[in-house]
This record gives sequence, C-alpha cells and structure tokens, in this order.
Amino acid sequence: MPELLPYLTMGFYFGGTLLFLLYLWHRSDVISKISLVATGLGFVSHTSGLIMAMVSMGHVPIMTFKDAMSFFAWGLVLVFLVVGMKRGLEVLGAFILPLAFLSLVSATLAPQSADTLAPVFQTVWVHVTLSILGTIGFAVAFVAGLMYVMQERLLKSKQFNVLSFKLPPLDFLDSLNQRSILFGFPLLTLGILTGAVSAQLTIGSYLSWNSEQIWALITWFFYFAVLMGRVTAGWRAKKAAYLTIVGFAGVILTFVGILIKSPQPMSPL
Amino acid sequence: MNIIVLGLNHRTASVELRELLAIQDSRMGEALGRLMAYSGIKEAMYLGTCNRVEVYAVVEKGEWGFRQLEDFLVSTHFSLSTEDLLPHLYRYSDDEAIAHLFRVSASLDSMVVGEPQVLGQVKEAYELALTHRSSGVILNKVVKKAISVGKSVRTNTRIGEYAVSVSYAAVELAKKVFSNLKQRVVLLVGAGEMGKLAAQHLVNQGVKEVLIANRNHHRAFMLAERFHGQAVPYEQLRSTLPKVDIVICATGAPHYVITKDDIEMAVYHRMNRPMFLIDITVPRNIDPAVKDVDNAYVFDIDDLKAHVGQNQEERLKEAETAEHMVREEVGSMVAWVRGLEATPTIVALRKKAEEIKQGELEKVFGRLGELSSKERSAIEGLASAIVNKLLHGPVVTLKSEAQSQNGFAFIEAARRFFELREREIHSGEIPLLEDETGDGVSEERLPQKDGV
Repeated sequence: MPELLPYLTMGFYFGGTLLFLLYLWHRSDVISKISLVATGLGFVSHTSGLIMAMVSMGHVPIMTFKDAMSFFAWGLVLVFLVVGMKRGLEVLGAFILPLAFLSLVSATLAPQSADTLAPVFQTVWVHVTLSILGTIGFAVAFVAGLMYVMQERLLKSKQFNVLSFKLPPLDFLDSLNQRSILFGFPLLTLGILTGAVSAQLTIGSYLSWNSEQIWALITWFFYFAVLMGRVTAGWRAKKAAYLTIVGFAGVILTFVGILIKSPQPMSPL
Repeated sequence: MNIIVLGLNHRTASVELRELLAIQDSRMGEALGRLMAYSGIKEAMYLGTCNRVEVYAVVEKGEWGFRQLEDFLVSTHFSLSTEDLLPHLYRYSDDEAIAHLFRVSASLDSMVVGEPQVLGQVKEAYELALTHRSSGVILNKVVKKAISVGKSVRTNTRIGEYAVSVSYAAVELAKKVFSNLKQRVVLLVGAGEMGKLAAQHLVNQGVKEVLIANRNHHRAFMLAERFHGQAVPYEQLRSTLPKVDIVICATGAPHYVITKDDIEMAVYHRMNRPMFLIDITVPRNIDPAVKDVDNAYVFDIDDLKAHVGQNQEERLKEAETAEHMVREEVGSMVAWVRGLEATPTIVALRKKAEEIKQGELEKVFGRLGELSSKERSAIEGLASAIVNKLLHGPVVTLKSEAQSQNGFAFIEAARRFFELREREIHSGEIPLLEDETGDGVSEERLPQKDGV
C-alpha cells in the first residue's frame, strides 16, 4: 500500500489539474469545488506518504532529487490550499496544480540511481530545506506573474470573458508576486550560504563552479535585481510580472543543473 | 387658472448660463418668497438640477404668469439681462406643463435617459416648496403624482438599467485592476451626467478620496461638496494625474483633455503603478492612444457598453413604454386640475342640487296624488327655497374665495362635501380619473401639507 501512495497522489493532482483547467473556461462553481476536493485528497495522501517516509527513514525525505521534487510539490499545494481557501481564489489552482503535478512527474522520470545526497553535516539539511522553500516562493511568484500577464492582456484587448472574470485583479497579483519573492529571496540567500558552508566542510571549497552553482548564483542576482528594481526603478506591475517569469526559468535551469551533475556521487552543492 | 413652467435645460442653454440661475438650498426660502410676492402667482416650485433650471407655478393668467417668472429668473443673478435669457427659455402651460414635469421626473428629459438622480431632485424641490409654503393644493397633487409616475416608470420599465449598468460597468472594470477600491484616489474631470454617475458608484464603493477638476472652478467646488471630495484647479490637471489611480473623464470638450504624453508622464511618476481611466464622453476626451501606455488601462463608452452587452433597441423600447405610461397619467391629472376651476364647480353644484330637488319632488307628487296647481307650486317653491338657501353660503364663498390664496382648497373642499366628481364638473370631454386617491404615491415619505 505505501508504495502506491505516490501514484494515488499523482492521480489526484492530475484530476485536480484537469478540473481546474476546465474551471478556467466554465462559469460553473461546482467544478472548482470538485477539483478542490480532489486536490485535498491528493494532499492528504501526499502528506501521509511523507510521514511514512519520515518514520521509516527517521528524517524528512529530501535527500534525493525525487524526494526534493516531491517535497517541493507538497509545499506548493500547501500554499495553494492556504492562500486559495483564505482568499477564495480557486483560480490559483489552475496554475499551481499543474506545476505541482509536473514536479511529481519529473521526479518520477528523474534517474533513480545515485543522486542521494550524503547528509554528512547538519548544514546540508538546512541547505536543501531552505532552497526548496525559497523555490516554492519563486514558483508562486511565477504563477502570479503568469496570471498578471494573462489578465493584463485581456484588459488591454478589452476581452471580457470567463477567464478575465476569474483571474484576480492586477494589483493583487502584483502584490502576491512581490510577497512571494520577498518570502523566497531570504530563504534562497540562506540556502546558498549554507550550501557554501556545507561544500567547504565536505570538499574543502566554498564554490566549485558547477552548472548548478552558477545558475543558483545567477538566479540570486536576478531576484536581487528584481527586488531592488521595484524600489528604485519602479519595476513593478507588468515589468515585474515578466521578470519573475524569466527568473523562474533560471530556477528551473538550476534544477536541470542538479540533474546533469547527479550521475556522479552527489556532492552537496 | 393655469399651471405653467418656465425653464431652460441642457438642450437649450449652456452650463454657464444654467449655473448663473442656480439657487442654493439655503437661499431657497428667500427666492420662493420673492416668487410668491408676485401678484397672480398662487403656488410655485423651483427645480434646479445639473441639467435644468425650471420654475413651476400656478397662476391666474398664463401669459401674465410667464412674464412674472421671466422677471424672477432674470433677477436671480445681477449679470443677467432679459435679452440673454429669453432665447434659451421654454414655456409650457397646463397639459403640456404637467406632461413636462412627468417626463422630467421619469428621467425621460434627462441628458442620460434613465439616470436615477432627477427623481430625487424633484422630491427635494418639492420638499423645499413645502417648507417655504409656496406649494399648495394643485402643486401638491401634481408633483406627488409626478414623483409616483417617475417611480413607477423606474420599477415597471428597464429604462434605468442602461444608465446604471454603464456606470456600474466602470466600477466592475476598475475592480479588475484594483482589488480594494478603498485605498484608491479618484479624479473626476468634467461634470457630465454619466461621469457623475460613475463617480457616485465609486464613492459608494468607499474610495479613499475624490478629486474634481472642472474648467468652471465654482462647479468643481459644488461637485466636491456633493462627493465630499476636493476641487482641483483645472490648470493643475496634469500635475494631479500621478496622484490618482482612477480617472473618470466626462467633460463637454470636443478635443482630447488627457493625452498619451500626460499618461506616460503620470505612470512614470507613479513608478509604474497602474492607472485606470474611463472616458464616458462622445467625442472622446482621452486620447485612445493611451492604451499603448504600459500599466494604463483606458476604456471608453463603447467598451463599457460592450462589457454590459446592452441592446440599444431594447432601451428605445423601454423609453417608449415609459412615454406611454407618462401620457396616460397626464390625462387624468389634467382632468383633476380642470375640475378645480370655480365656475364649473358652482355649475356642477347647482346642477346636482337641481337634480336632487327634481327627484324628490317627483317622489312626493307621486305619493300625494292629485294636487291643485297652487299646492304644487307651493311645494316646488319650498324645495327651491331650501336648496337655494342651503347653496347660497357655499356658492358665495366659492366665488369670493376662488381668487384668494386658498381658493383651490375651498373648491376641493366643496367638491368633496358635495361629492362632485370630475365627471360632473366637466361633462365627459376628456377621459377622467375615477378614483383620485389611488395614485400610489408613497405619501408616507413626503411631508403632508395641503396648504389650507
């Protein structure tokens, strides 16, 4: 039974994804209720899986790429359930659920073998956890940016359809974007610092210039610029939305970087 | 006796002229007092809205009354002369005057047909007339009826939906940009009816602040008072733009008041904080090229209509239904007013008495059988004497009081005491009102005072 849980979770998330996408184009609120239920069931099975793994392994399962992606998806769905329920924004599900589902799928497709991170030091733990939480922040910012761009285009082209009705107001999306980055950025900063410390402790050098590290640093500088630009140069609204969409590409490339170097025994960062 | 109206509106006169004739509520007592001081004006009501200035009056002789009302309007403002004013005035009397008032309160004469405010303004005008005792039996009846007609047009046709929905659409669209309107600053440019409606809708949503810029600063102040906002000098329009989130443009200008450059600058100074602009006028006041400015969202009247999905033809049909309702009500009101003349009332009274007398005599003669002609004429004489003596007082009083301030009250009283219906007074020339009490005016909401 426990080995079936991941598939059950995936199934529920897949159903939720389809239903939420359907909800985007239909006026019916019933669809969103059903998809919320599907997502909730998925989240329950996801959480039970995590707890079981925790019990059997004795720690939060994030030390493999697969586990990390699964934890990332779990955090995303949690954010959606909290924000979506609190603000009555079921429409967020149409963007977050596909992302969570794809993360789970990519986790399954990722090479199973040797990507286990050796939890030599406590800092590795902290590094991975912080990095994943930071990434969740950027993912939500990405979703907010995507919704902003869609709503913006609909307003500019004066199309008043179901989609424009369901998407939240621009200023809400802009502030969700900003808050998500403000949440993710400090975590990423700490994640990189603890990663560097771990690297120093394990392989004796803070930085080894592999693709993962390079993308992580580029991503860090990019989001730093986005945050600074908002305050100093008025990089908000439409510009901020586009920037966070581009920024998330950097995040994904960092993940790809992790995958690329994973065949050899994984060094912490 | 005539009911007359003298006035000007958005079709006949410019805003500037209408403004000169505006009388503030606080000075209405003095103005109505001045009106009532004219000999021959028995009742009067002053109706001033953004679109019109009209004086309704009940006068002894129509022609003479119009001249007195002209004199009154000219003297409301020192800079006015009769020559300035006369070409802009329209005059209606009796049926036409009543029909006009009914159309006004049904919002059929408004610039934006179906706008909801005029009904309230008619009510206010009437209440002021009541407070200052310039309204009497006739205006009470006619204006109350006008208000009830206005209400019934609003509830029974969909004429109000268009005006409401277009300005409401503006709010709906604003909510696509701003989640919480309570933190937003609104700038209203110009004083067009639709713009004010849209501003009103936003104010109802509890916006943080309303700024008003108008070429005529005095008018801006008046609007600022109404919206509890702040008037901004028109010359500072550009420098004000960066401060505002929502712009409603509704001036009468035939050119662009807000250009693409203005908005580019404003958005730049706002550090790209979005702006929402509504252009409700035709021709447009906001350069459509503003849509190319990032973070500025401009919508014109057609966009709003598209959002509402309103059908033009349907609206015309609603207006037609409303006109029909008004016409029906005018007919019965005119009949009631005509019945208030002294002479026909006296004639009807005598006729009724004569009929009763004849009826009773016939009954008595039938019962008594054969009578000598001397006996017959004695009985007839007795009946006539009683009837004449009983009627003498009322008839003399009606004749003498008809010309007094309370004349209509006496006539109305006589009609009720002797149960004279319009039918009996005005033997069926026009379709008449059977039951004049069932007019459905929400009387509980209007102060009761019959001017007696």
